[in-house]
Amino acid sequence: MRVLTLERAGAARRPGTLLTDAVIFAGGLATLYAVLGIGRNWLSPARPGAEITLAPAALPLYAFYSLWRMALAYVASLLFALAYGWVAARNRAAERLLIPLLDILQSIPVLSFLPGVMVAMVSLFPGREIGLELGSILLIFTGQVWNMAFSFYASLKGLPRELTEAATTYRFGAWQRFYQLDLPAGAIGLVWNSMMSVAGGWFFLMACEMFQLGNHDFRLPGLGSYLQTAANAGNLPAIFWGLGAMIAVILLLDQLVWRPLIAWAEKFKFEQVESTQAPRSAVLAVLRKSAALRWLRRRAFGPAWEELTLRFARHQQADGPKEANVWRPLVARGAGVAAVALVLYGTMRAGHILMGLTSSELSMLAHGAGATFLRVQAALIIGLLWTVPVGVTVGLRPRLAALVQPIAQVAASVPATALFPVLLLVLIRLGGGMGLAAILLMLLGTQWYLLFNVIAGAQAIPTDLLEAARLFRITGWERWRLLILPGIFPYLVTGLVTAAGGAWNASIVAEYSRFQGHVLATTGLGAIISQATESGNFSLLLASTVAMAVIVVTVNRLLWKRLYALAQNRFRLEA
Amino acid sequence: MSHLEPIIEARGVAHSYAQPGGRCTDILAPIDLAIEPDKIVALLGSSGCGKSTLLRILSGLVAPSAGQVLWHGQPLDGHPPNVAIVFQSFALFPWLTVIENVEAPLRARGVGAFERHKRALRILDTVGLDGFETAYPKELSGGMKQRVGFARGLVVEPEVLFMDEPFSALDVLTAETLRGELMELWTTHRIPTRAIFLVTHNIEEAIELADRILVLAHRPASIRDDFSVDLPHPRNHTMPRFHELVDHVYKILTQPEETHVLPSARPAGAPATAAEKHVAIPHARSGGIAGLVEIITDRGGGDDLYHLAEDLMMDVEDLLPIVEAARLLGFAEVNEGDVRITATGRSFAEGDIEQRKKLFRQAALERIPLLRQIYHSLRAKSDHALPAEFFRDVLDERFSAEDAARQLETAIEWGRYAEIFDYDSASERLQGIES
Repeated sequence: MRVLTLERAGAARRPGTLLTDAVIFAGGLATLYAVLGIGRNWLSPARPGAEITLAPAALPLYAFYSLWRMALAYVASLLFALAYGWVAARNRAAERLLIPLLDILQSIPVLSFLPGVMVAMVSLFPGREIGLELGSILLIFTGQVWNMAFSFYASLKGLPRELTEAATTYRFGAWQRFYQLDLPAGAIGLVWNSMMSVAGGWFFLMACEMFQLGNHDFRLPGLGSYLQTAANAGNLPAIFWGLGAMIAVILLLDQLVWRPLIAWAEKFKFEQVESTQAPRSAVLAVLRKSAALRWLRRRAFGPAWEELTLRFARHQQADGPKEANVWRPLVARGAGVAAVALVLYGTMRAGHILMGLTSSELSMLAHGAGATFLRVQAALIIGLLWTVPVGVTVGLRPRLAALVQPIAQVAASVPATALFPVLLLVLIRLGGGMGLAAILLMLLGTQWYLLFNVIAGAQAIPTDLLEAARLFRITGWERWRLLILPGIFPYLVTGLVTAAGGAWNASIVAEYSRFQGHVLATTGLGAIISQATESGNFSLLLASTVAMAVIVVTVNRLLWKRLYALAQNRFRLEA
Repeated sequence: MSHLEPIIEARGVAHSYAQPGGRCTDILAPIDLAIEPDKIVALLGSSGCGKSTLLRILSGLVAPSAGQVLWHGQPLDGHPPNVAIVFQSFALFPWLTVIENVEAPLRARGVGAFERHKRALRILDTVGLDGFETAYPKELSGGMKQRVGFARGLVVEPEVLFMDEPFSALDVLTAETLRGELMELWTTHRIPTRAIFLVTHNIEEAIELADRILVLAHRPASIRDDFSVDLPHPRNHTMPRFHELVDHVYKILTQPEETHVLPSARPAGAPATAAEKHVAIPHARSGGIAGLVEIITDRGGGDDLYHLAEDLMMDVEDLLPIVEAARLLGFAEVNEGDVRITATGRSFAEGDIEQRKKLFRQAALERIPLLRQIYHSLRAKSDHALPAEFFRDVLDERFSAEDAARQLETAIEWGRYAEIFDYDSASERLQGIES
């Protein structure tokens, strides 16, 4: 019987599967319990300013709360990104609007919305925890969704034409096209961007789990609030416990989620021949061996999936592919008109509010923007000064790279906002000012992008060029000028773009902080945003947020895009 | 066979692309065509001439800008015809196994799991892929991948099987084997397919497989010739008639301006129409032109194009633009599939680098209108410099955006070689050089 071939191939039993199955079963049970628990917690009455206990025994629960927020925000981001990317790639009119919009949305410093969003959500659900929770989730969502959306869009646009033609000729319906063509084509990009997004998400989560607004003290139980409370109390052991828990959670996520996903996504690569160095994951291997999962797949998910797809396909065939829908264009046009009207109205109102700014406020904005601009540049320059030599040294030595990269990845995984209270504690003890602290925080958040890109760039310099340099005795500065700097240039630009964006965002938490009962602030656009929120000065908040977005977008357009084009055209090393 | 009802009829089918500037570039001139059952029809033409577009229009994948495609006398609106396409790049889904790839079209038609599996296994057996069901495409060789492509096409039992350069991405031996196997399936009626429509640039391949050959001429493309291949299967490259037919197609492709009559062949369809008007520069590099002129001079100053391509182990497809460039520049003459070096060509071949550049410059300014235009435009400016964009705009009026870019790219390469101007790729500006 040939029909049995497929099943026989996977049926060989291997030892250890019983334990795996037990673990998987327990994991499922725990998730179910957690979902119910979270639901009960959310609907419970609000506990503004709930006490955060610093006992290490409470950390697993706090870690779990933080993780849960991340997971929800991530799922929302993924769904939204899929929809956004899909519409932008498939609809020409939408594409013209959505893609430039994406560029701007990506540049807006998310943290400037933090206070506003929180207040709005809390007042939407008065007396319930859910308002605060949704606020934090919404902020994380805004921070991580755009690059995922762009990645999916780019994957769809990059689909080989003949592949989409095959899908059309063989009459794929919308659903089959999505799960057999679009989703697989976007999978690898989505996985990598999800990793980046979630790493960025921790940054925002740490910032929004605990903050003060006027007299109100908003606290969500979680790792971020634990760390801030610990730093506020100057409790060093608690700080170490908190950081330890944070790193443990991130490492576990890496091992249990991202590595298996990357190894699994390998099959979605467009390649003509099998690569020899495919990423592997022990966890994935174990999951693949699990008899219970296989049973579920064959007996439950498989048939259900089959039923679903067949139903869709038959529905599609019966309908005929091109049924003209009278309503669709009308609805689309109506939605478009409504959107334009809304945007116009919003712009008018915003313009009206901005007109109300006093000249002293304007000059404060200009000063602040200048100060933050200089601070961002300082953070980038300091970052470059240490990452370029170190990165090149590491990148050119494969053995050293194998040693350093995992360590650097762990160090980079700790969100800068989690470290910030600790940093403030140290600086205040040493007598450093807030201006210095702000630069250091920006540096903490951005240097890793630079380091990883420099290492990657150095590793990408072809060996024969390095050998040629050695052969012609090109050493010292000449070697840097002729070979290394041009070689790492494209990577450096990529790193700088990301780093600059991150630094601007960090300025909002870095330049203004309440710590141990004191307000610590320095001149800067970020500080103005925070202050304006706290004092309820809406016109100033709007103006400062817009100013920051405009600066970031302008610098992107005028500087980074050009450098990027230069890097792509002149400094690309290709075989 | 004309008593049989045609399966597909194209009536005045034309195609054009809208340019960003609002202009249109014509790809296909209005074409009338009928595809009858029990025949393999091959569409021949050089690359980029619009033959793939015609295939996509006939198969219902692309709607024509003008005219109508009828299937069994019914216009193609809404209901897709029962067709399959075999692609040059195979177009397999890399994340699906061989059997999942073959099952995908059946899944789209709502065929249940058991039936789907059975039919897929049967067709995989037919194309010689049994045992590879659970392999992923990347684990297969090119020939095996295209077998999957055939299996996926045949599993829906298409009425017409369309093939777009199906053997072009394969090595010579594999391509020959696959062609043989396809002919075996076709002639023994082991597949229910009623007609095959093959697009190719390989003349011998077309003559080996097809019952009827359509030759498509350059843009906007129209059918230059349409004839039946009066040879029994299996066909052999050594048959004298085979050679005669190859030569005939050759002549049409190398001298599109003249009319060629196929000796004792039965014309099967519409006569040739429109020829091209403006001179387009073939996409050949100056180094390639110099090399070709040298080689032919070395071989006594003349050769048969067919032999030349064979000896150089090149596709005629790749050789043609270089020959055409040499002819345009007056370095060579082409006559009945033979190429001869002219006196200028000889001095070019024997000259040193400076003389070569001088001769190339003279020829280019005399005979290539685009280069002459660039030369005069640059001279007319006080600083002898202009952005390349300017000429692209001029070209856009006559060519598609893609072709305009190619024309300009080639012209810049020739102009730099001939030292007519310099080109700075960073600023994309042309700078005239005074001689």
